[in-house]
This record gives sequence, C-alpha cells and structure tokens, in this order.
Amino acid sequence: MDTPLLRLAGLDKRFGERAVFSGVDLDVKRGDRIAIIGASGSGKSTLLRCINFLEHPDAGRVILNGEPVGAERQRAGATGIRYDEGSLNRLRQRVGMVFQQFNLFPHMTALGNVMEGLVTVKRMARDDAARLGLAELARVGLADKAEAYPAHLSGGQKQRVAIARALAMEPEILLFDEPTSALDPALVGEVLDAIQTLAAEGRTMILVTHEIGFAYHMATRVLFLAEGGIYEQGTPDEVLKAPRRPLTQAFIAGHRRFSF
Amino acid sequence: MYNWDFTPIWANGDLLLAGLGNTLALTVVALAGGLPVGLALALARLSGSRLLAAPAGLVIEVFRTTPPLVQLFWFYFGLPIILKVEMTPYLAAALTFTIQSGAFFAEIFRAGIVSVEKGQGEAARAIGMSKAQAMRRIILPQAVKRMFPAMMERSIELMKTTTLVATVSYADLLYQANELAQKTFRPLEVFTAAALLYFLVITLVSMLGALVERRMAQSGEMAR
Ligand SMILES: Nc1ncnc2c1ncn2[C@@H]1O[C@H](COP(=O)(O)OP(=O)(O)OP(=O)(O)O)[C@@H](O)[C@H]1O
Ligand SMILES: [Mg+2]
Repeated sequence: MDTPLLRLAGLDKRFGERAVFSGVDLDVKRGDRIAIIGASGSGKSTLLRCINFLEHPDAGRVILNGEPVGAERQRAGATGIRYDEGSLNRLRQRVGMVFQQFNLFPHMTALGNVMEGLVTVKRMARDDAARLGLAELARVGLADKAEAYPAHLSGGQKQRVAIARALAMEPEILLFDEPTSALDPALVGEVLDAIQTLAAEGRTMILVTHEIGFAYHMATRVLFLAEGGIYEQGTPDEVLKAPRRPLTQAFIAGHRRFSF
Repeated sequence: MYNWDFTPIWANGDLLLAGLGNTLALTVVALAGGLPVGLALALARLSGSRLLAAPAGLVIEVFRTTPPLVQLFWFYFGLPIILKVEMTPYLAAALTFTIQSGAFFAEIFRAGIVSVEKGQGEAARAIGMSKAQAMRRIILPQAVKRMFPAMMERSIELMKTTTLVATVSYADLLYQANELAQKTFRPLEVFTAAALLYFLVITLVSMLGALVERRMAQSGEMAR
C-alpha cells in the first residue's frame, strides 16, 4: 500500500475557549497540490501552521511518511503527546514554509537568507552552501540579486527569495500561506509563476490562497474550510465550479470575479 | 578674584591618570561581565519557564530599584560576613557594577528581543533552526542593532556611577582627585581637572558610538 507523504489524523486546535477546527483528517500523497480556501478566520493559516508545528495541535497526529510526529506519553491518567525540539526541527527541514509577509532576514543578503538554513541547520560548508544558494536564486530568476539586502528588493522579489530559502532545504512538502496577499497587484504574477514552475516539477504543496483562479489551475485538490473543519473538498472543478454545499456556494459566488 | 593655579595638578598628573585608569578598568570589567549577565537574565526572563523567569525577574528588580551605593556597601561590608571571604574594594566594586549593569542591560536586551517581529523567529524555526540557533543567528543580531543606542547610554551611565566606589576606597579617578585636593589644597582646580577628564572620555566614547551607529545604518541592513 502507498503510505501518504503526509497524513493529518483528527487534528484539533483551539485558542483558549475558541475552537478553530476539530477532527481534521487529510491525506496528502506525493505530487499532490492542495489548495485551501475559506473565509477569513476559518482557520486556514492555523491548519497550515499545525503541519510544521508553528502551532501545536491540541489533539490528533501529524504523520509524515508513516511516522507520527511526537511521542505519546501517559500523564495524570490522560494520554498526551510530547514533541521534543529535535524531532520538530527535523520535521521542519522536510516541510518548507512560505509566509504571507515573506519574513526574510533583513540583516542578511538574498543569498545569505537562502544559505542560512544550509549553513546553520545542515552544517554545510559556506562555499557549498553559496553554490547551492545561488542555484536556488537562479531558479526563481534572482541570481543577479544575490548580494542585495531585502530592504532593496520589491515585494515580489522578496517572496521569490523566500521561496528559494524554503527550496534550499530540499523539503518534501511546501506550505504556502497566502504568498501573494501582501503584494501589489502588479507583482502577484511573478510569484504565481514561480509557484507554477514548482507545480510543474511535480512538487508536493499545500497552498492557502485567495487567488481562486490560480487555485483552479494549479491544484489537484481543493479544500474549503468552514464551521471548524473541512467543509467541502474535491477536485477544482467540483469545489470551485460546482460546489454542492451552501457555504461553499456562497463563498464562490462572492469570488465570481475570478477567471478560470 | 580667585587665583587659578594648575601647577600642582600638572605636577601630580600621574595620580589622576592612575585614577582614570582604574575607573576605566572597572567600567570595562562591569561591561564585559554585565553584558553576558544581562543577556542571560533577559533570556531567563523570556524563557517561558517560571523556574528561570522568577529568580531572574527578582534579581533585575532588586538591582534596578535599590540605590547603587546601598548595593556597593552591601557587597563590601555585608557579603564578607556571610561568605567569610576577604572583600577588596575592587572585588566589591566589580561585583556590584557587573550585576547592577547586568540588571539594566537585561531590560534593554528584553525590549530589543521582543521588538523583533514574531515572523522572524517563525521563519527561522520553519527552516529547522533550534530555538537557540534562531536566537543567535536571527533575533539577537536584529535586536542588538535596535538596542545599541540604549546600550551606549547605559554604559555611559555606568561609568559615571562608578564614582561611588571612591566611598569604599577604590582608587578611581574621583578618589584620586579627592586625595590630591587634600594634599594640594586646590580642590577647585583638582575637581575641575577631574570633571574635564570624565567629560573628555565620555565625549569620545559617545562619538565612537555615534560612528558605529551610523555605520550600521549605512550598511543598508537596518532599513526594512
Ligand atoms: N495566536 C492566536 N491566538 C488566538 N487566536 C488566534 C491566534 N491565531 C489565530 N487565532 C484565531 O483563530 C482563528 C483562525 O485564524 P486563522 O489565522 O487560521 O484564519 P485564516 O483562515 O488564516 O484567516 P485569514 O484569511 O484572515 O488569514 C481566527 O478566529 C483567529 O482570530
Ligand atoms: Mg491566514
């Protein structure tokens, strides 16, 4: 049997009293491209951040390549899960993330940003890391900006550096959290193109987006989040063109401007 | 009209310079010790562990809310009674000002660290860095740049506060000046000269600090 590359099993997340979602199950196979859509506050970012443990789920398991992250332990009668830092750090090397606000390191050049994980986390020699980093920058069309500091890059360039930074770690899955939402409309295209290229390479990715048209063309599967969970899912045609459930229909109707 | 006469000061210039040397030595020691102490206290306070944060917070508060002279007397006259060690003026002064400036630096470090956007730490963790690596490589370098002016100001404050050590007979610049004033009966000239020395050193340090600050801004890394 094919083990999914990533499996979410019964994930719960709440902030204080407020449950964001509960009982989320998801299987991601190698090469899947999953678009997550939903209203603001529906928990799209939180779900994505539970996958690389920037947020810790309150219940359920994240299972990568058949191996559950964290170890179960008994405490005061209840079963809890202990996540030690080392295993989370290893997980995060295999799961890359690109943020809405880029979060480039402002005190490092574009190349420095891309090399950082290789040098500090993977303990690669600086020469090798620089060579690899340059190759990653070239892949997103920014080889000529290697020595530029983030302050001197446009939003679109920053986000492409951020993509290169994630790619340099050779992750098995890429997570994108609204990678174009902080960009001027004129700069959205270059970032979407970069993501499109990764899609064409067959990379596994999960993308939270408001760009419904892009989701339609790029995704192999679409999840619509509402009411504290995955409210509807299916192929882009199913969910985006012919949604079956009322909240999905209303959401898509509100995004009619997108072009397929 | 008062008849200014600096000749006895010139004649005993080596005394004042020796005092200045001791003042600088104490300041440098307190800085060299206070910065790591401050960083450790700040990290303990931000650690999220009450076992670390509570004692660190207590040390910081105690040293920030008691007069430095009381602290100095406590270390010089008080501590030997508990520890049964012989306390020298230098040791008492170094201890006092290391911990005291550490307490102030801790608050500066803490403010600098929390001023760095949450996304920076998250981006660092997201490529697999440990907490310590993220702090060292990503958060602290940005925090230190922002903290630099406050650090400079505090260091200058520290140098001025070290004059208190004259009260426990540590031969700093003020102590030497006082000796010289009594010897020469020229307090006006002596203390004018001492003030001038403090003024010169601190002005020089300020100028160097401003230069470093400008350099950091120019490197283009500050802008965001
Ligand atoms: N750190 C936090 N502390 C408390 N509540 C939070 C936190 N992060 C998110 N929430 C809440 O959890 C809910 C889901 O937030 P999330 O950011 O996942 O939504 P989203 O679908 O990504 O929204 P958007 O489209 O606006 O980005 C929201 O109600 C939000 O206010
Ligand atoms: Mg979001």
